[in-house]
Amino acid sequence: MDFLVVFERELLTFRRRFWRYFFAGMVNPLLLLTAFGWGLGRGIELEGVSYLNYVVPGIIALSTMNASFTSVGVALNISRRYTKTFENYLVAPVEAHSIVLGKVLGGVLRGLLSAAIIVVLSRLYGAEVSLSAKALATILATAFLFASLGMLVGMLIWSHEDMNTFNALFITPMMFLSGTFFSLEMVPGWVAALIKLLPLTHASLCLRAAMLGREFPIASFAVLLAFGIAFFLASIIAVRRSSQ
Amino acid sequence: MIRLEALTKYYGEIRAVHSLTFSVARGEVFGLLGPNGAGKTTTIRMLTTLTKPTSGRAWVAGYDVVEEPLEVKRRIGIAPQHLNLDGELTARENLEFHGRLYHMPRSERRRRIEELLAFVGLEERADDLVEKFSGGMKRRLLIARALMHSPEVLFLDEPTVGLDPATRRKIWDLIRSLRGEGVTVLMTTHYIEEAEQLCDRVGIIDRGELIALDSPSQLKRRLGSFTVEVYHSGRVERRFFPTREEALEYGAEHARCDACDFSVRETNLEDVFIELTGRRIE
Repeated sequence: MDFLVVFERELLTFRRRFWRYFFAGMVNPLLLLTAFGWGLGRGIELEGVSYLNYVVPGIIALSTMNASFTSVGVALNISRRYTKTFENYLVAPVEAHSIVLGKVLGGVLRGLLSAAIIVVLSRLYGAEVSLSAKALATILATAFLFASLGMLVGMLIWSHEDMNTFNALFITPMMFLSGTFFSLEMVPGWVAALIKLLPLTHASLCLRAAMLGREFPIASFAVLLAFGIAFFLASIIAVRRSSQ
Repeated sequence: MIRLEALTKYYGEIRAVHSLTFSVARGEVFGLLGPNGAGKTTTIRMLTTLTKPTSGRAWVAGYDVVEEPLEVKRRIGIAPQHLNLDGELTARENLEFHGRLYHMPRSERRRRIEELLAFVGLEERADDLVEKFSGGMKRRLLIARALMHSPEVLFLDEPTVGLDPATRRKIWDLIRSLRGEGVTVLMTTHYIEEAEQLCDRVGIIDRGELIALDSPSQLKRRLGSFTVEVYHSGRVERRFFPTREEALEYGAEHARCDACDFSVRETNLEDVFIELTGRRIE
């Protein structure tokens, strides 16, 4: 149960900084909801629903991704390189999987907070989306996936600048491409096929289906889980290999 | 308690540590003395399982550092050179989480935290966030954290680097008082005085190699306990003698010109280092 100690350490900062995280977590969703839900999306319908209802699940997916990925990845980068507090875990009699699980759970928590903020905000904007068990499962899987990716990237990347490069090359494009703001039916088939290689796309597909009461794409959900488990296991190996 | 056999570490072509062989006995305070970049920290990193040796072996508390890292980790405490305390937590929380990572039961954690906070003189700051601490306070808390789980072997990497003289003495007192508790200490330093004051035995390390190993007094005696420095026209000549009388005699004989002078003092470990390497430590 060593992972609980690692997780509780994260939980302590989460509790102490809750309101900071809360208000900072509201800014992006407010901008996105205003720009795409109200501004651009007024009067537009997509796949048979109002654009606001269409875009909210996508915004939840991408915000969960951002919160989970950044909270784990950036903090890990800092604790390995600058404060060197990560070393305390490496010299303690704790197995790599406990360290990874504790840290990833911390990132999942941040993702959940971010998703919860948008669910509430989007209601205020008049979105009619429902939070089903499948939607919750998708949010959890998304948070797990990107917290694990944050862990992996944080272990593999040493310089802070390269963290930004990774963001620019992978995270930001995913925000805009992964079926968040537009339907995959609107782009040529081969582009849609490429976009489906991105994990966030499957989070958007699952979440949109779950929140709009459509048929749930089990295959996409399986892809989410597979990505998540792969990143999680790779992180464990990266932690084990960090003593060279 | 600690044994190294031809322990070696290369980073690519660069030799960090070359074929170190020595042992440290239970309860001993052992110092690795050498200039920055001599390989002291790399040695500590290998002994604390953070870095894998290129070749050679090492045992700490009876366990091989490469084969049984978890067993080693359970028995060692580390105060690294960088102050890697968790600044977002209080002093007490730092110790509490540390104790939990080492599976200490709650009651024991509580007792030990009070004991250690008193030991390092931080009772009054126990519930303040560590990021607000001064360097000296952080250094003391770092030692307290390393001792939290009552390790058999304590590694102190440059325990007083960057501290003012008064705080340095406080840390020295702390290390001295560990002696009574039977903890084995391996410390590194590039401060001559620190090695002389604290260590039972000192290994002098330069460019990754161990070039001398003995008690400070023995190292100095071997060179000559007294040093005479003869100054002639800007040059200094250094000679070592077993007695003050011989040193004085030599000085009087060789400082005869008008601009010449000489002084006699006790030999220190820096003299030993200079004799062995031809360079100064700092």
